[in-house]
Amino acid sequence: MRPGELIAGDRGARALRDGDLAQAWAVLAEVMDPEVPVVSVIDLGIVRDLDWRAGHLHLVVTPTYSGCPATEVIEGDIRQALEQAGFAEPALERRLTPAWSTDWISDQGRERLRAYGIAPPAGSASLRGASPTVCCPQCASSDTELLSQFGSTACKALYRCRACLEPFDYFKCL
Amino acid sequence: MHKQALIQYLLLLGDSALVQGQRLCEWCGKAPALEEELALMNVGLDLVGQARNWLDYAAELQGDGHDADALAFRRDERAYRNLLLVEQPNGDYAVTMLKQFFYDAWHHAMLDGLSASGDERIAGIAAKALKEVTYHLRRSGEWVQRLGGGTEESRRRMLEAIPVLWRFTVELTVASDSEVQLAQAGIAADPTQVAQRWHAAVEAIFASVELPLPKAASHFYLDGRKGLHTEHLGLLLAEMQFLPRAYPDATW
Repeated sequence: MRPGELIAGDRGARALRDGDLAQAWAVLAEVMDPEVPVVSVIDLGIVRDLDWRAGHLHLVVTPTYSGCPATEVIEGDIRQALEQAGFAEPALERRLTPAWSTDWISDQGRERLRAYGIAPPAGSASLRGASPTVCCPQCASSDTELLSQFGSTACKALYRCRACLEPFDYFKCL
Repeated sequence: MHKQALIQYLLLLGDSALVQGQRLCEWCGKAPALEEELALMNVGLDLVGQARNWLDYAAELQGDGHDADALAFRRDERAYRNLLLVEQPNGDYAVTMLKQFFYDAWHHAMLDGLSASGDERIAGIAAKALKEVTYHLRRSGEWVQRLGGGTEESRRRMLEAIPVLWRFTVELTVASDSEVQLAQAGIAADPTQVAQRWHAAVEAIFASVELPLPKAASHFYLDGRKGLHTEHLGLLLAEMQFLPRAYPDATW
């Protein structure tokens, strides 16, 4: 068995009921990223598919970065939240294709990142590797400079605002 | 035959990423600046994650009950298929960043080709890794420029780093017969294109700060693809594999 590809057993298997999937989506909207606890797994766009297979909930989850150490934690959190909501032994499938993109972060997710002090990705993933204009999440000035291409995690770069002088994290386009 | 060639190719990709990632982690706690520490560890983390994706696939193809962890922690040096370049010691920051740049330029060209592989699993892993490596290559190229075109001392160190690493670059522009066959089958990256793109990337960065480009490196008796490594890999593995070998199946 591959890591991350846990197949549900028979225990707790039951038929799909009306409202199950909607409820599951609602539960997932409350599962937060462990590194950035204001954005949910739905905001990040990492839950790619949700359906009912062989009596259990079946989810397809894609990791943000190949080496993201939060991947296992997020999968554990998702499993726990769904089980607490009454979904017995949900099956999680980890899928790499298509590769996750910051384009999949929702508008609500971007606003939540900004409010948390992290500048959201400036523009689309086509800017990958480039240095776009990044606005300060504190004072909204566009007079900012790149300090380092890698910040506290692989998905972020470190910037400084020349207007309010605050350093801040920027969520890179990927 | 095809399956064995594919496993060897996956080990070349996975072992190179793993060993490069392990080398980067040796900087943990002693990088020259906090920002550099973060960058080195994040690049290392990307590479270890990518290595796991490649080794997972290699282990599945082998089908002998071993998983990616077993491949990483229970193989001896002669079974490793990484590039000789990445097992070289970190040296000073000029050696570290030049090594990273030589590797990134190869890695980027390989992943770009592999994103179009006829093997869907390979194409998926490569397409994801390519996004990450775009940032690695940009950073390491800028460091070669910054040190090469910087102060008198930084330039001297970059000039000294070139001959330390150059002879190992021969492996970045050649391919084994089985790799050529895999490429013809539409699975591996085209070795000719990888070599051209590697040369183009290195020439551009070197020319931008007037670093002298040595003439093409020639083959010597060691060959990472055959498991014939320099003495440095054994020491690296001794450290990396100590815990799982001393305490088999330990969990925490």
